[in-house]
Amino acid sequence: MTLPFAIIAGLTVGSAIAAMSLRNMVHCALSLVLTFAGLAGLYLQLNAEFVGFTQILVYVGAVSILIVFAILLTRSTDPKDEPATVTPWVGIAVAVGAFLTMALAVVSSPVGKRVAAPAPEVSVKTLGQKLMTDYVLPLEVMALLLTAAMLGAVIIAMKDKEGQR
Amino acid sequence: MSWILQNLWLIPVLPLLAAGISALLKRPNRSLAAGLAIGSMGASFLLSCMAFAETLGKHGAASRQFHNFDWFALGDTVVRLGWVLDPLTAAMVVMITFVGSLIFIFSVGYMSHDENFTRFFCFLSLFAAAMLGLIIANNLLLLFMCWELVGLASYLLIGFWFHKPSAAAAAKKAFITTRIGDVFFFLGIVWLYSETGTLLFYTEDHTGCLEQAALAKMVAHTTIGGLAASSAIGLLLFCGAIGKSGQLPLHVWLPDAMEGPTPVSALIHAATMVAAGVFLVARVYPLMELQQAGVSEPIPLTAVTWIGALTAIFGALVAVSQTDIKRILAYSTVSQLGYMMMGLGIGGVAVGMFHLLTHAFFKALLFLGSGSIIHGCHEEQDIRRMGGIKKYMPVTFATYAIGMMALSGVPLVFCGFWSKDEILHAAWLYQPSKIPFFLGLGGAFLTAFYMTRQMCFVFAGKYRGHARESMADSHDSHPAVHEAGHGHAHDPHESPAVMTLPLQILAACTVLLTLVSTPLWPWLPEYLVAQAAHFDAAKLFNAGTLTLLVVSGVVVAGGIGLGWWFYGLLPAEKPDETDPLEQQFPEQFAWSRGKFFVDELYAATFVKWNARLGELCHDLDRRVLDLLVSLVGWATTGCAHVAKLFDEFVVNKLFDAGCTEVRRGAEAASELQSGQIHQYLRSIGLALVLFVFILAVGCNK
Amino acid sequence: MTPLSGYLLVSALLFCIGLAGALTRRNAIMVLIGIELMLNAANLNFIAFWRFSEHPETQTGLMFALFSIAIAAAEAAVGLALIITIYRHFRTANVDKVEEMKG
Repeated sequence: MTLPFAIIAGLTVGSAIAAMSLRNMVHCALSLVLTFAGLAGLYLQLNAEFVGFTQILVYVGAVSILIVFAILLTRSTDPKDEPATVTPWVGIAVAVGAFLTMALAVVSSPVGKRVAAPAPEVSVKTLGQKLMTDYVLPLEVMALLLTAAMLGAVIIAMKDKEGQR
Repeated sequence: MSWILQNLWLIPVLPLLAAGISALLKRPNRSLAAGLAIGSMGASFLLSCMAFAETLGKHGAASRQFHNFDWFALGDTVVRLGWVLDPLTAAMVVMITFVGSLIFIFSVGYMSHDENFTRFFCFLSLFAAAMLGLIIANNLLLLFMCWELVGLASYLLIGFWFHKPSAAAAAKKAFITTRIGDVFFFLGIVWLYSETGTLLFYTEDHTGCLEQAALAKMVAHTTIGGLAASSAIGLLLFCGAIGKSGQLPLHVWLPDAMEGPTPVSALIHAATMVAAGVFLVARVYPLMELQQAGVSEPIPLTAVTWIGALTAIFGALVAVSQTDIKRILAYSTVSQLGYMMMGLGIGGVAVGMFHLLTHAFFKALLFLGSGSIIHGCHEEQDIRRMGGIKKYMPVTFATYAIGMMALSGVPLVFCGFWSKDEILHAAWLYQPSKIPFFLGLGGAFLTAFYMTRQMCFVFAGKYRGHARESMADSHDSHPAVHEAGHGHAHDPHESPAVMTLPLQILAACTVLLTLVSTPLWPWLPEYLVAQAAHFDAAKLFNAGTLTLLVVSGVVVAGGIGLGWWFYGLLPAEKPDETDPLEQQFPEQFAWSRGKFFVDELYAATFVKWNARLGELCHDLDRRVLDLLVSLVGWATTGCAHVAKLFDEFVVNKLFDAGCTEVRRGAEAASELQSGQIHQYLRSIGLALVLFVFILAVGCNK
Repeated sequence: MTPLSGYLLVSALLFCIGLAGALTRRNAIMVLIGIELMLNAANLNFIAFWRFSEHPETQTGLMFALFSIAIAAAEAAVGLALIITIYRHFRTANVDKVEEMKG
């Protein structure tokens, strides 16, 4: 466990916890941004530069802003939100159980002990080549999906003709 | 095979065709019906003469020719029918067709006023066809079928005037009484078939039931009561003859059968149908004369003889006191049939059949004569209301007298004397007992007596019929059947030529037949048993024959004399006078007049028991069987109710309960869907965790 | 370099935090944030496995992660549009209050 990794990992996890537990939703959104950034750092560490930058572009740049807009558009007078339902313990118990299971799996499996190979030669060029040859179909479908999502979002969020009550 | 033998079947079929065509006519057509009937009988007569000629000159076994054909096949067995031509057959068909033709011609005149003329001739033809079929049959089954047909024709003809209740009752009585005999007859047929495997009388390979091989088997086979099979079968077959030929105890239908028109009485109940029983015994004679081991005489023939003898005397005793002209003749027929049976039993086929043939002629003559008298006296049948007819109907009187003398047995010139003499001769020589002889002699005496009585009542003295309208009906006479549309004066008148001509022909035959009957040249009796007859004076002029001739002549003269003394000297003046015989012997006369109360005995016993049995069966049907059926019905309804209750309370409840449970389950299940998103998410999360856990743990293994 | 298990643990932790948040927070948008966290954790998993795999030149993990990011973006857009519409209709973004789909 190298030091940079520890710092970035700690930052990411900490901001994630903050994002999930803060009362003020705007604060949550901002911590989320921090989490996304930390994740981008982790990607860079793993030699997935393009994905890291994409992460920043898409998540930090677009999705977070979207979330903030949504929060602002749906706030009642009080932007505060009760953090927990009547029984928060069930959810926490489930999550803890999930974590324990996965941790157990990771620790007990020989896969976890793999050592990294030398850094791969990844460039945007190769990425683009791969996209256009092996993964052209998913690419096209993705294009369709994005179009549909955009249209769908517009339609869903559009005001009705007679106006909202 | 000669032409006539091959086409012997034509003899019964021609009258059958006549009957069929008459039956299918759309509108009654008198001349066509009568013409067809008489024409077909005439043609059959010609064919019968050809058949008769065919059998002449053949003696012994060669005299019998037959032709069998396959009727139908049932698996391996083939049922064959056929016809036989032997002297017995030939003589009978000639007699039947000849006498039948004459009676048909007579009927044209007698039934001319009747509106059912066509139907009458149709039935007559049917009867003739059945009778002729019976005669030529070579198969006992075919014989039985024609036997039944003859019975049917008799029923139809006796009940011809079915509007009269007495006629309908008489027809029913005739049918049922003969049926009783026929049941035993049929049993005999079935037994014979089971014994011999065939019902054909004679076959090419000698396997017929009347041929040597079969007979030997039957006489050796002992069955119940120590009787041999042949004796038992013979007795059963004879039962059929008892019924049909009016022997004791089944004679009761014959006098009542006089309800039918007189030509019917003449044809069926004098000449032909009643002779069928005698003919049957003659036909199966080889079976009847089989003597089983340990007895001195054949058992069936012993029965035949004794029943015949008793019937002969019984009929004569009853005939003495009757007042209806046809009833006297009916009881006379009963008596003469008894003679024929006695003759068959004692003397064999020749003796019995000889008397049958001669009797046919003169009895038909007598009946037709009585018909002429009835017609002439405007449908009067009571002899006490006749009298002095001699001067009104001379031709009828002359022919009737000839018939009467033949029946009484006036010696020498009349064939009836010779045939009766043969019977008495055989009875005298009968080993086991002389009683039949004396019974026969007594019967002859009484026959002469009552025939003379009848002649005196009818023809002698003065006509007593004028006071008819002012007289109340006596209990014995019969009301007139069809209205006399003559429009004559009430005096009797002679019948038209169409009726008197047959009378004359029959009278002539009666006399002529004598020529072939005497022992001098016994051609007819010898012919019947297929033997040559020789002109033999010694046969006639020997002590035994002559003595008997004298004895019977004396007896007959005595009878006629006594009759004349009682009735002829002082003929009755008024219709309601008491009979002179009644004055002398009132008790015996009452017994005779009451027919020995046989009918009453039967009514009190068999008829009553039968009615009781019928009522019992009716009650059984109503109380028990109907109850059973009702029970089944109720059980079914009960089951239906139970099923309904079951359906309502069990099935429906279950169903409803099931539905309720399903609904409750659904309601419980719908609790899961609370609308709370967090709950959904939690469930998904939990499931996911579990799933992963299982995968992880499972894969690690 | 840290071994693979480190990255996997981090990813697991992130995932569970996201799960806990999605299961406990009442606001719909908070639930959506939890879901985004879970998606990102999965992405991290992919990249980590790609980096430590025997044949990194196929770049399968990268592709997957890229597509995942794209889809997540689309999903976030649609989801938020839905939340806004629901807010307009029910005047609240509280998931507990929106229970009209009750069985």
